[in-house]
Amino acid sequence: MRARRLAAFAQRHGALLMVMVLLTFGGAQVTGFLTGENLGAMAVRASFLAIVALGLTFVIVSGGIDLSIGAVYSLCGVLAAYSSRWGSAAALAVPVAVGLAFGLVQGWLIGKLRLASFIVTAGGLLFAHGLVLFITAEGQETFTVPKGSTFLELGHGAVPVVVTIVLYLLGGVLLQRTPFGLRLFAIGSSEDASRLMGLPVAGTKIAVYAVSGLLAGLTGALSTAQAGTGVTTIGLGVELAAIAAVVLGGTVLAGGSGAVSGTLAGVVLLGLVHGLLTHTRDLSTSMHALVSGTTLLVVLVVQALLSRARNTD
Amino acid sequence: MTITQSRLSAFTRDYGVYAALVLLALSNVLVTRDFLTVETLREQVILLVPVLIVALGMALVIGTGGVDLSVGAVMALSAAVLPLSLDYGVVPAVMAGVLTGVLTGMLSGSLVAFLKVQPIVATLAVLVVGRGIALVIADGETPGTGLGVDVPTLVLVAVALIVVVSVLAGQTTFGRQLVAIGGNRTAARYSGLPVNRVLLTSYVLCGSFAAVAGMFTRLTTSDPSRTGELIGLSAITAVVAGGTPLSGGRIRVLGTVAGAVLIQLVTATLLENGAPASVAQMVQAVIIIAAVVVQRGTR
Repeated sequence: MRARRLAAFAQRHGALLMVMVLLTFGGAQVTGFLTGENLGAMAVRASFLAIVALGLTFVIVSGGIDLSIGAVYSLCGVLAAYSSRWGSAAALAVPVAVGLAFGLVQGWLIGKLRLASFIVTAGGLLFAHGLVLFITAEGQETFTVPKGSTFLELGHGAVPVVVTIVLYLLGGVLLQRTPFGLRLFAIGSSEDASRLMGLPVAGTKIAVYAVSGLLAGLTGALSTAQAGTGVTTIGLGVELAAIAAVVLGGTVLAGGSGAVSGTLAGVVLLGLVHGLLTHTRDLSTSMHALVSGTTLLVVLVVQALLSRARNTD
Repeated sequence: MTITQSRLSAFTRDYGVYAALVLLALSNVLVTRDFLTVETLREQVILLVPVLIVALGMALVIGTGGVDLSVGAVMALSAAVLPLSLDYGVVPAVMAGVLTGVLTGMLSGSLVAFLKVQPIVATLAVLVVGRGIALVIADGETPGTGLGVDVPTLVLVAVALIVVVSVLAGQTTFGRQLVAIGGNRTAARYSGLPVNRVLLTSYVLCGSFAAVAGMFTRLTTSDPSRTGELIGLSAITAVVAGGTPLSGGRIRVLGTVAGAVLIQLVTATLLENGAPASVAQMVQAVIIIAAVVVQRGTR
């Protein structure tokens, strides 16, 4: 009984505990790590991953996966820069609308036609990436946001961080306090049972992928607002880091349980690990990929063992 | 659904890939210039064989009702390991390359078989780790050119592997057990089949095949970790288009071969007729979805 509670606690709050340990360790051992400047820069960097991971949390709770978020993020970043020629409103509206459209189509294929989410979103990844290359003349052309555009204000200073916090508050309420959130848990636990109970499974799924696509689109717009140009490679492969963050946060990849607060802790944890690694020694970006991959693998094994302990107890 | 309709959809499911292939090939002979030249064929074989080999291994895993998303990373890994060991001779180098596939396959297979992790999740984790290792190994190294084998050898290896997988899936106890597990894992366990061993073996085979394919691929200089990302997806598409449902319980080896050829032919047709690579990529995305829609609800 006690072991079971301990397992549940570790699953739910493990990431937060690790964050606290790392902050204490980092603050004590590494000079210049716990400065406002360094932490602020890390927060801004983490906010883009945080927003896509929020959308992914909803998808994973519903029992699916969205592999397209990185490519949609990238596509919408380029679209934001492209459409900034028509004014600031267009620079924000076009990417968000395109992200939403991607999510709606994928959601329809997954919810209505009942196709497997990984293959549909992998197709989405391929399509979105193809579209980026098409728009940028096979990656040759770079679009820049005009100087002095009010669109750039969106990426200025702590704005991405504030947006992230607001979105997480909204997301938390949506998942934990609304009928929609409750339906997500039900569908993620057992889709067949939910269908038999008369829940609108297809509609809920479409909504979930729409939210995920919309948030990926918004992230693209924000990152372009911060960088000033639409970089074709930005966002590509982010889905893997986002999956790692969600899993680190205690959300079970099989669906049916999870919390957005955990995802935020997971994103912060990944950011801290990377921050500490880059701060203490000169680590290449390929090392980063290895670190997040290994972390993900370890967490997965621990999760599988924990859920086993809980079931056999 | 009337009987004619259901017959039609069953026909599309089982033989649609061959029909599409014949139609496309014929229209190419008529429309595309220089289609039936030796040079074009050689170039196509070089591009086709890696996809085909990966698809053969993938068919086994999909037959168990799983999927292996890590194949792209495994290809990158074996391609990265190859130049490190080429100094000791070709045979040890090839063995080292295949070993990377065996190890990653064992990792995915153990996660799926013993820890009961969903195949998508397990192989995704292996993908991330494998790509990380490949990046670290290839960091600062000059990218390899693969084994640089000639076209006849490529064809020979491909044909040999097709035969091996056909026999394995159709004529052996292992093949039957594999399909039974894909049909119903619980029932297979209750009837005393060695479920874990068969699952592990299928992932190890898939990993090894991907590793072999990786050694036949020319690495792109810019980003070695992206080698095979597209090939992994193409392989899944080839398997599904060829009549093996994603839900498992059935394997069609010849269909898989036809599926791989079809995808390569579509891409080639578009590129030969002046479409940019980005358009070919978008078309492939549509083909993936179409293939899954056609195979939907098969058992």
